[in-house]
Formats: sequence, structure tokens, C-alpha cells
Amino acid sequence: MTATEYDRAPRVAVRDYASPLAEKLNALWETKPGVIGWLSSVDHKEIGLRYIVTSFIFLIVGGIEALIFRLQITQPNETLLTPEQYNELFTMHGATMILWYAFPILTGFSVFLQPLVIGTRDMAMPRLNAFTYWLFLFSGIYLYVGFAIGEAPNDGWFNYVPYASRPFNPGLNIDFYALSNILLGISTTLGSLNFVVTLLHMRAPGMSINRLPILSWGTLTISVGNLFAMPSVTLAFFLLWMDRQFATHFYRPPTGQPLLWQHLFWMWGHPWVYVIVLPAISMVSEALPILCRRPLVGYTAVALATVLTMVLGFGVWLHHMFATGLPGLALSFFSAVSILIVIPSAVSAFAWLGTIWTGRPVFNTAFLFFAGFIVVFVIGGVSGFMTGSVPVDWQLTDTYFVVAHIHYVLIGWNLFPVMGASYFWFPKMFGKLLDERLGRWNFWFMFVGFNVGFFPMHISGLLGMPRRIYTFPEGMGLDTINLITTIGSYVFAVGFLLFIINVVLSLRHGQDAGPNPWDAATLEWTTPSPPPPYNFVVLPTLATRTPLWETRLRESPYHSDLGKGFPLDHGKEALATTTLDAQPEAILRMPEDSLMPLLLALALTALFAGLIVKLWWLVIASLVVGLIFQLIWLWPRAKLAERRP
Amino acid sequence: MSNGEQILPSPRTAQGRGSPATRSILALALPCLLLSTKVASAETPLDYLITHGARADSIAHLAWFSTAVSVLVILIVTALLLVGMFRRRDLPPPALPGLAAIARPQDGISWIYVGVGITTVVLLITTFWTFATLARTGPQPGPAAVRLLITGHQWWWEVRYLADTPSDEFTTANEIHIPVGKVVEVKLRGDDVIHSFWVPKLAGKTDMIPGQENQTWLQADREGVYRGQCGEYCGQQHAHMAFEVVASSADDFEQWRQQQLQSAPPLSGAALQQGEMLFDSRCGICHRVRGTTAGGIVGPDLTHIMSRRAIGAATLPNNRGNLAAWIADPQHTKPGNLMPRLDLSGPQLTLIRQYVETLK
Repeated sequence: MTATEYDRAPRVAVRDYASPLAEKLNALWETKPGVIGWLSSVDHKEIGLRYIVTSFIFLIVGGIEALIFRLQITQPNETLLTPEQYNELFTMHGATMILWYAFPILTGFSVFLQPLVIGTRDMAMPRLNAFTYWLFLFSGIYLYVGFAIGEAPNDGWFNYVPYASRPFNPGLNIDFYALSNILLGISTTLGSLNFVVTLLHMRAPGMSINRLPILSWGTLTISVGNLFAMPSVTLAFFLLWMDRQFATHFYRPPTGQPLLWQHLFWMWGHPWVYVIVLPAISMVSEALPILCRRPLVGYTAVALATVLTMVLGFGVWLHHMFATGLPGLALSFFSAVSILIVIPSAVSAFAWLGTIWTGRPVFNTAFLFFAGFIVVFVIGGVSGFMTGSVPVDWQLTDTYFVVAHIHYVLIGWNLFPVMGASYFWFPKMFGKLLDERLGRWNFWFMFVGFNVGFFPMHISGLLGMPRRIYTFPEGMGLDTINLITTIGSYVFAVGFLLFIINVVLSLRHGQDAGPNPWDAATLEWTTPSPPPPYNFVVLPTLATRTPLWETRLRESPYHSDLGKGFPLDHGKEALATTTLDAQPEAILRMPEDSLMPLLLALALTALFAGLIVKLWWLVIASLVVGLIFQLIWLWPRAKLAERRP
Repeated sequence: MSNGEQILPSPRTAQGRGSPATRSILALALPCLLLSTKVASAETPLDYLITHGARADSIAHLAWFSTAVSVLVILIVTALLLVGMFRRRDLPPPALPGLAAIARPQDGISWIYVGVGITTVVLLITTFWTFATLARTGPQPGPAAVRLLITGHQWWWEVRYLADTPSDEFTTANEIHIPVGKVVEVKLRGDDVIHSFWVPKLAGKTDMIPGQENQTWLQADREGVYRGQCGEYCGQQHAHMAFEVVASSADDFEQWRQQQLQSAPPLSGAALQQGEMLFDSRCGICHRVRGTTAGGIVGPDLTHIMSRRAIGAATLPNNRGNLAAWIADPQHTKPGNLMPRLDLSGPQLTLIRQYVETLK
């Protein structure tokens, strides 16, 4: 390869998705047909959809678990389930929803959307992207293998020691949970790394950091956050596994400390709450203004509030531990931060209100979900503010009030935005609009079912119903409330079923969407729906935050150039740009599809399978095979070298 | 003395706390919360919005304040949202196709300034109120009249009354008696896993953690029986790990204390003696009856079990039927608990039950 090949000034071409150039790019980027092709695909859109579908399956499984154990606490002294069955079900429900649904679903949307909204052709590390998906999938299967063989974790998703330690839990159940979490932790960490690099270095030329779509701020923020949070929980589970398998004493008194677990767990656990809501909230901040026909009110404030929430989110973990006998000074500090963290959330809430108030809202299903979200966002927020106050929390903690709060946060702040986002971006993903009439039914069933099911939990909490009890006696004043809760949760489930039906029907009979059905402002809407494998036939150049609206808003003398740009067609190529200003920096050669991500994920899973059954030969064999796969994966090839533009 | 007669007016009779103002805010606020006050005036023994001790009272005031603020915020935001959504409905409906034009009205940002400004003020008030309440309810306000060491076990409560002279100390289980209006100091330990000590009407939770000793305090301002409950998930029978606090006058408390200090009296009658021997051999490994050779410390001390209102950690009322059923098969009502089924014959069961009934 000659020096001129490395120092190439790319030519400029015209945007035309029917040109020979587009055909050439298509041939370069297309996933090969057949099973092998499917398994080796590194296309971010393909992987994003797999993430979304898999997460929704976990959501359904976790939901069914909840529907089953709700029957056990619908009325006093019910004996449908044994205590152990109940405990396993609520543990699996919590773990599935928080770890295998709530984060992966957002990862799915981000993997699909982020390269499109920042105007590039794939994630920075496409194979790593495929690898993180497979690992996520296998970690979930790993956990459910435990469930299937009757060794489901039974200590809640928070998994407190000493109950999780061997003397009280001698089976494999907690080992399944610990190891599947470590496996998932690897996936999450690597995925976050990929997002950080992608969002900081792959943005379209001209998309300086202050023009980063608000959608990307959520993903960028939490990806950085994950890099700091994940080590804590991975370490926590690893130490637990050591305690259980090799009788170390990290958590075992008198030399160890049960509270060490809680610190390590919540140092990750509270930031994690923001990790699984901030990208969802950013989806609202992105899509809601488009449906209100105006740019978001206070872009800078909302972006900074997103970052600030994450930063403060690292300083509130102790509010999960207010009752553990910590000194008053620590309680005061963490209480103050826990109350004041409401401020950045208030920034977002008032930005949305201002956007709706001054905008001209389109009353479609996506908008209904976002509007409904604002209501439940506020309810989940104020109940969080109540629990942030130490003395009040001494009463509230571990009651149904907190169950209500966590569901308002996780369903309210995660699932409602995800539903809205599904209606909003489904046309981009599949080229079809979701049915609006079915959508209304979908929304109202979910909104009413959710509030009927979960709002009364605040009251049962205030009446003193403890969490995680498999039954309750008569005469506690809790009978009616629990009946209402169960009914509501079933109505909610029907609502979600309507969504599935809508997706299936709309995929077949849906109205064609066209490239930009909502007349939206950002780059993903400049591509055909669904986008071709290479995303952009020529790479756009940006001059404003809202390239598709700028001629109408007339706020900037500069204009984005969407009609022509670099075609980068000398192979699978993408453009790297500088971190802050997004000046072109290098032409990247993107890797081909490969089976290695899948094979390496399988090898790693086999290693963890070996660990749980203590087949040490399997552990060593998987390690060796995995190293070989890594060598093949990473083998240096001249054609993947960067080019300077 | 039969404890049955000592049972004091139930907290139901002492309901009605919370100023009329706060109650009406709540009642107006939300139909659902109206439901809660209605339910609260029925029997809700774990409800902590209506409290009966100095410590829980000042927490309840803060809780009512933050509840009122929360409800208000929800109502205001929902109203703004609805008005914001519908105030321009007179314009042509911007449905597809024909979306409304894009514009950037300039008055949006003031929403953030005003909204966040007001929010910050409310949050600061709450923060300082929190500090004040924490200072008032955290540290014990003075020397304690009664000192307790309570140990959480799967799934029951061991209660030791501490004293300066060892002969004044005694151990009981699952039922705590305290004198009304006095500060009670409570040291807390976890024996196996983490439990949490919680008497909603008197004080919030404090965890009982193995390897660490926590401390809390209680004060009941009205006589009554207050239900307590384990507040931290602790395994299969977390649901049935409750206890009761009996707050009584100083005299009644002292009388109870003296009675608890007694050992089990010697028995007359062949059947009872046979029952005692049987108890000793089948139950005495885990349970203790002071004054006999049954000296187990794994399960609750049963020296005065018949003075207690309930059995199985406040799971069943203490009466003959429940007692017999429990001895016959403790796994029936509380499956998974650590007391094994003993497979006693009918006559053995009767002997043991009759013996236990002498432990007043």
C-alpha cells in the first residue's frame, strides 16, 4: 500500500440512495445471507434490533413472574406459592427487569440510533458491539438455566449478605446470580466503552459537542458513568463468590463486614438507577419537541442537568442504607444530596412543560406516552424526594412505598419513554408506522393499569406493609389495596400485550413511513427507512443542532450540508472526527463481519459454566480457546489501518 | 397474673392524631389518599402516619409535610401539562400529513428559571427540616429507664432486659414490655442474617447486622399494644417475623418485670412431671425454661410463654388450639422455619402442651 493511500483526500459525492455509489456501498456493508452471515453480522442496526427484541422478551418473562407472585399477595394468608417459590420469583423478577431488561433495552435503542443520529456508519468498534450483545444474551440464559434447574437466586436482586452467603444459601442459586452478573458486567462495561469512543470520535463533521443531539447526551453520560460504577458491582459479586467457594471472609463477621456488600453494591446500584433512566429520559427530550413542533426548551440546561444527575448519582448511595446504623454526619450529607438531586430532574421536567406549553403538540400515541411519562416522572420523583429525607426514610424504607417508588421510576422513567420511543422510531427501524388506533388502546391500558396497580402501593407502604413478604395476615388494613394492585397489574399487562399485537400487525399491514414521517430535525431522518446497511451514502456536514429545520428556523447564518459529502467507498470506511469540534481526523477502516465475537462470547460463557460446576478442565480449555479466538479477532491487518483524510 | 387482663386499650382507641389541617390537606389532595385515611381509621397496626411516641411523632410531622408537598407538586404539574396540551387546540389539528410549522417561541426558557427556582426553595426547606428532625430523633434524648438487648434470629426476636445487677436481667422473646412515657434504649444485634427492628407507631427502622451492634430508642406516650415487624428481607419467613410492644404504666410494667424474673415453679402431678421430662428431652435442646434442665438457646426462651399474647413471632394468637397445632407441626403455618416437626404421638403432644400451659 502506498503512502498516498494513507494520505488520501477523499472526494466529494452527491447524496443519492439510488446511485451506483449506493450499490457499491451496499455490497461493501451488507450482511451476507444465510445463518453464518446472520451470526457473524456486526451491523449496528441488526445488533440494536436484537438487543431490543431480546430485552422485550426478558421484560415479558419478568412480567409473567410478577403476575404469578402478585396472585400470592392478592389476599391475606394465601397459599398458592410456597415462601421459597415466592422469594425466587420476586428475585428473578427484580433481577430480570433491572439487569436484563431496563439497561439492555436502552442499549438496543442506542446501538440502533446513535450511529444514525451522529451521522456515521457504525459503532466505533463493530465487533465489540456484536460481542457485547452475545455476552448479554448468554448471561441471561446462564441465569435462567439456574432458574430452570431449580437453583434460582432467592435473596432479592440486591442480594444482601449474610443471607446470600453459603451457610444460609448452600445451593448454586446465588452462584448463578453472582457469575451471571459478572458476565453481564463485562458486556455492560465493554458496551459503554464503545459508546464513549463512538460518540466522542465518530460524529459527523461539524457536529461539535454543543450540537450533539440531546438523545446522545443520555447515552454518553451513562456510558462514562458505567465505567466508574461497574467495577464496584463486579468486584462485589466476585468477592461474594470467593466467600462462597473458598471460604474467604470479605463479608463474613467477625473479620469481614456484611455492610461492605451494601456499600459496594449501592455504589454501583444507585448510579445504575440513573444509568437505566437517563437515556430513556433523553429519548423524551429528543422526540417530545419534534411532536411539539419546536426545538427543546433549554438544550444546554437539559444536557448539563443530565450530566449533573449522573455525577450527583455517585454521591447518594448511602440513602439505601439509612437504617444500617451509620453516623449522623454521613446521614445528613447523603440525605442532603439525595434531596437536592431533584434539582437537575426539575430542569428536565420544566423544559418539557415549557416545550409543550409553547409548542403545538401532535396528539399521537408517542406523544401520549411522553405526556403520561411526565406525570409518572413527577410521581416517581417526589416519592424519591420523600425517601431522601433520613428520618422519613427510617419509616418508608423496605415498605411498599419504596416498591411503588421503584416501579414509578423504572416503569415510569424507563418503560413509558421506551414505549413512546418505540412508536416514534419504529418507522425508522422498519419503514412502517405503528397503528395509531391500537396505539391509543395500548397507551390507555398501560397508563390506567399502571396507576391503578402501582399508585396504591404508596398507600400500602404508608400503612406499613413491608416489602418482600410472601404473605400478610388479616387485620392489617391491606386486603383491598392489594386486590386493587393485582387487578391494575393485569390491566397493565394487557396493555403491553396490545403493543406486541400492534407490532406484529403493523409489520405486515402498517402504513409506509417514508424517510421522515414526523418531519423531525436530526440526521437519522435523512436516510431511507429502514436505513441501508451503510446508513449514509455520503457523510453529512453539520452547521446547526437541527439540520433538517434550519432553513425554517433561520437562526444561523451557516447551513449544514446534507446533499453532498464524503462517500468513503474504498472499502468499509467511516470518518473519525475530533472530540470537541468534530473536525475530520482520520478515515477508519471498519472490520468485516466475523464469527469471532460469537465464538469468544461462547468460550467465555463456557468458562463461567465451568466455574459454577467446578469443572476445572473446562475452565482452562475455555480460557485457551478464548485466547485463540482473541488472537484471530485481533490479528493485525494492514487493510484496517487508519487513513488520514 | 394473667397477661390477658393486662392487655391495654388497643391503639385504635388512641387514633385521631395529625392536626385537622394536615388531614384535610390530604383528604382534599387525592382520592387515593382519602382512601388511606379512611383505611387508617380502621385497623392498620403498622401505619406510621398516625403515631404514638415522641420519636415517631416528629418523623410523622415531616412525613406529612413532604407528602403534602409531593401531592401538591403532582397536582400542579399535571394541571400545567393538561393546560399546556389543550390550550392551543383551537388551531387546526396538526395531524399527519400537515404537521404544524416549526417555530421557536422565545418564552420557553423562563419555565426552567421559575420552576427550578421554586423547586430549589422547597427542597432547601425540606433539607433543613430533615436536619432538625434528625437531630431531634437520632440521638437518645436522655438516660434510659429500660435498657434492652434485642437479637434478631431467623425468624424471631430474642429480648434481653439489661440491668446493673445480673440477677435483675432476664430473657424473653417476641414481646417487649415498656413503661409508658419513658425512654427505652435498645441495642440491636443480628445473629444469623440481617434483620431490621421496626415499630412503626413508635420509631423507624434500625438494622440488626451480624458482627455489629446498633442502637436505637423508643418511647411510647400512650398505653397500648404496638405491632413491630422485621424490616429487612431475611429469608423464607421474613413475612412472619413480627413482635409486639406492650406499653403500660410504670406499675404494671414493674409487676410484669418481677413476674418475668421468676423461674418456672416446681410441678406437682405425675402427668405434668412427665410432660416436663418429655419437654426436656424433645424441646430442651433448643428451648430454655429457667428452673428446669431445659437449657437450649437456639429457640425462644419459653419460661413465661403463657404470659405472651402470641406465638411464632406474633404469627398466631396464643391459645390452646394454636399452641397444640404449632407443637404438632410448626411447619404448617410457618413453612421453612427452623423448628422441626417432631412427630409426636397424640398422648405425647397432649403432655407437652399441658406442661407448656403451666409456663405462665
